[in-house]
Amino acid sequence: MKKSYFDRKLLAIPYMIFLVLFVILPLLVVIYYGFTDAQGHMSFSNFVAFFSNGRTIGTLVYSFVISLVTTTICLLIAYPIAFILAKGEYCRKHAFLMIFVLPMWINFTLRITALKEILTMLEGNLAYYPFMNTIICMVYDFLPFMIMPMYNSLTKLDDSMLEAGADLGANKMQVLIHVLLPLSIPGIISGVTMVFLPAMTNYVVLDMVYNSTYIMGSLIGSYFSSYDWNNGSVISAILLIFIGMFTIATNRLVGNTEGGRA
Amino acid sequence: MKKAIQHIWVWLVLLFLYMPVLVLAFYSFTSSTMIGAVRGFSLDNYVTLFTESALISMMVGTVLLAITVAVLSTLLGTAGAIGAFYSNRYTRGAVELANEVPIVNADVVTGFSICIFLIVILKIDKETFFPLITAQTALCAPFVYLSVLPRLKMMDSALYEAALDLGCNPGQALWKVVIPQIVPGIVSGFMTAVTLSLDDYFIATYTKPATFDTISTYVVNATRGSQTQIKTALWALSAIIFVIVVLAVVVMNVNASKSMKKEGEL
Repeated sequence: MKKSYFDRKLLAIPYMIFLVLFVILPLLVVIYYGFTDAQGHMSFSNFVAFFSNGRTIGTLVYSFVISLVTTTICLLIAYPIAFILAKGEYCRKHAFLMIFVLPMWINFTLRITALKEILTMLEGNLAYYPFMNTIICMVYDFLPFMIMPMYNSLTKLDDSMLEAGADLGANKMQVLIHVLLPLSIPGIISGVTMVFLPAMTNYVVLDMVYNSTYIMGSLIGSYFSSYDWNNGSVISAILLIFIGMFTIATNRLVGNTEGGRA
Repeated sequence: MKKAIQHIWVWLVLLFLYMPVLVLAFYSFTSSTMIGAVRGFSLDNYVTLFTESALISMMVGTVLLAITVAVLSTLLGTAGAIGAFYSNRYTRGAVELANEVPIVNADVVTGFSICIFLIVILKIDKETFFPLITAQTALCAPFVYLSVLPRLKMMDSALYEAALDLGCNPGQALWKVVIPQIVPGIVSGFMTAVTLSLDDYFIATYTKPATFDTISTYVVNATRGSQTQIKTALWALSAIIFVIVVLAVVVMNVNASKSMKKEGEL
């Protein structure tokens, strides 16, 4: 056997170095900055300041509400669409799926510009219904991202499950609640992960529609523009903790539902 | 009746998704500066788009950046996926975990953290484009990794062994046997990287050189400004991007159905 100095495993090394240098290390630095004050001393004062300031707490709650409402509405619109495309009247028309997800590839700032113009025409002045307009813009931005994963999960669903439910005496409503919805949970979860977290931090949509509305992401933006690295890092660290918990929770949920099926 | 509801729902949602873009595209061919105001046909917006130097350099810059980032991400992500796939369980697990981080992380946090690390601590000049390219690559490479990995799983591991037995050295076996098998994954990873880079706003704002603009950062600044000429020229840009995306999707689908037919004939 000829000995060679080349090994396939070595190919991973550049990528591993890259991930450590530009993904892991920057996050550790942000966490370190979050726990130090401007003079470089260890302190929790930034976190205390965040959680004792009415404005920042308000921002946290507000972005949570916006994100929750956006995700719920996306879910209510996208689930029937995904079902119709996967199992309903349009199930043999693959082109329709492409039409629904195509907006994903158009630059989102241009799409929001377009929607803003339309809303301005319809309402005259966007300032009359700030919350509603915010939600409309967010839903418009994120809807395609919700449809795609739900469609993927629903096409894999076995039709015979639904038929079996009906054969065993369930009416349509019961089939929906006891068969279809439980089986769609993985798709719903992956759709929610595509929308919920980005919606909490995507402040550009709000920025473009109104110049003054604040959500979690825009706090980082404002600290960034005032060169306040420590406070910006606090927000980043809080978001990181939140994202970590959310990811672990959804992985558990998906794992459970898949395990339950086996 | 139930069918009717399904049709109505589908078309209503399509109307919501497409009406703004289509209306804007329509008005980009007029001289009006507001939607709703009826004015005559005009190509002024398209002329401005391709003559205003700020707009041209913004468009060219965005495309060049996307290609650079996509090439780097594809090289790193593909090599990483091959290497990790054939490594032991622990190495692969560690790479996969680190790979998940930029995917689940908020872009704002990714951009901000790289800005702090490279620009604030290491004092690397933004104007070198190094922070911008690195940060966007950190976002895109994990997606390439994820699109290559399933192809490696699908591949018959005996193929590589066979190539070695038939006299290839490991490098040749990799280049001539493994790579051709995973090309579809590499291509779709590359495309994902291009679209992520084109769509990115957050990472670019935190790491870009002060005078450089991508489409996203430019549009966001333009909506704050009051230059109507620039505003309506961007309508023309969105119409052009819409047409390009539609064409790309149609071409991809025609190709996909052709190759499906071919496989059916075999």
